[in-house]
Amino acid sequence: MKWFKKKEKPSQEEKSDQQDVTRGLLIFAHPTTVIDVEHILREEGYEIRVVSPPPSYRTGCDLSVEFPMEAEAAITELLNTTNLTPLDVVPITSEGMEPLHFVRKKWYGKYLMVRAANMKITVDTETKVVVNISGGGCPDVPYLATELIGQRINEAPDLTEVGFSLCAYSLNTAREELVREIGA
Amino acid sequence: MLLLAGAVPIDDPTLLIGPVTYTKKGITLDGRELAINRGNEAMMTSACITCQHYGVDAPMGMVAGDIGMRKGSEAIYKYLAEHLPEMGAKVMTLHYVMPDLKLNKKVLATIDTMAEKPALIADAGSMYVAKAGGDAHYYDVFTPDLGEVAFLADDKADHPSFTRGFIFNMEEDVPELIRRAYAGKNATKTMFVKGAVDYICQDGEIVDTIREPSIETMEPIGGTGDLITGMISGMLYAGVDPLLACRIAGRANRAAGELSQPTPATQVQEILLCLPQALEKVHKDLGV
Repeated sequence: MKWFKKKEKPSQEEKSDQQDVTRGLLIFAHPTTVIDVEHILREEGYEIRVVSPPPSYRTGCDLSVEFPMEAEAAITELLNTTNLTPLDVVPITSEGMEPLHFVRKKWYGKYLMVRAANMKITVDTETKVVVNISGGGCPDVPYLATELIGQRINEAPDLTEVGFSLCAYSLNTAREELVREIGA
Repeated sequence: MLLLAGAVPIDDPTLLIGPVTYTKKGITLDGRELAINRGNEAMMTSACITCQHYGVDAPMGMVAGDIGMRKGSEAIYKYLAEHLPEMGAKVMTLHYVMPDLKLNKKVLATIDTMAEKPALIADAGSMYVAKAGGDAHYYDVFTPDLGEVAFLADDKADHPSFTRGFIFNMEEDVPELIRRAYAGKNATKTMFVKGAVDYICQDGEIVDTIREPSIETMEPIGGTGDLITGMISGMLYAGVDPLLACRIAGRANRAAGELSQPTPATQVQEILLCLPQALEKVHKDLGV
């Protein structure tokens, strides 16, 4: 008897469609662009998270910024004025994964090695010169090594300008910790 | 043919293909000289030295410049997807390259069509994209370091940068990370985990560990892991069983480190110079 039929539960997909979309994602071409965007938006007081993009945008090496949808117009306008225009802005209902911010430090006499995820940077703490970069798998890592090794940590190129990958993002996390530990 | 493929740190995405020759200064490939750096050039030099040691043909290299803009990496993926069956590769090693899930799956789809599939070794970006795509079963050997084995152990992470904190913090328990990597089907039949202790795994079991000589200062030196990948590649091509190749490569890498007396500021070229002598020593020690 039809009227006794139980109402079917909504599928996961339907559930997700029914959720209020309160957060959006800013998609960028390179993970390291996100470093600049993160700094700007946090300084402006926005509640954001740096996360992996949804599967349809995923290549295997990407990063995006989760933001409150009500601030979409203001954020995109701000980013346009700073030449950090996102490739796309998409609403989201599920949470992306955040990049790792844990670091490990190891001293070898006067040398200090800092590791973030798969990236390691080592400096001579007396001269503050970068002496080695190790780990990583994205193709800009060997390039970044040639650019940074032999440079003082405060004179080395900005990784947000010369790096483009998630490995470069992790290397920047390690470099920031290094600066906190020994100063620039 | 031993085919070694990956991106190199020059801003020119033109594909270069040809036999690899090496000198103390660098490698030459398709008429272009490339300085030995960490990454593909170090891996290729190590493979050349190993091939020479075993008296087999020099490897064939396939490189394109990529400093993170993807074009060079895309050229490599696309060429492999279109031409791999006609190249006659017996062993293929894929190394530093920008992870690209779609293009890597195209390469694997091409391999699916081959009657004689090459043995596949992956490290660096090629290993990341293999794991992120759920495609580890295509490969014969992965050579992760500690940070990378944590990534393989995390079934949710697409890239080592997304390894979850509780897994990253399990690094004191490498056997557990290895167990998780195999349980998630994100490890290869044979796997070499590089670290203060090297773990050699076969079919989910740790079958060998290498602890000595302990050269702590090798960890900060970029490229030491690439030497291991290059040696394993050369040995597989020379017909050495993958497990034995890992056992020899791990010991030869440490022996080369010991011979070069490195500091954390040493560059990988100095260790590479000691590799022929190290290979001799390890073969003598192991009686193989």
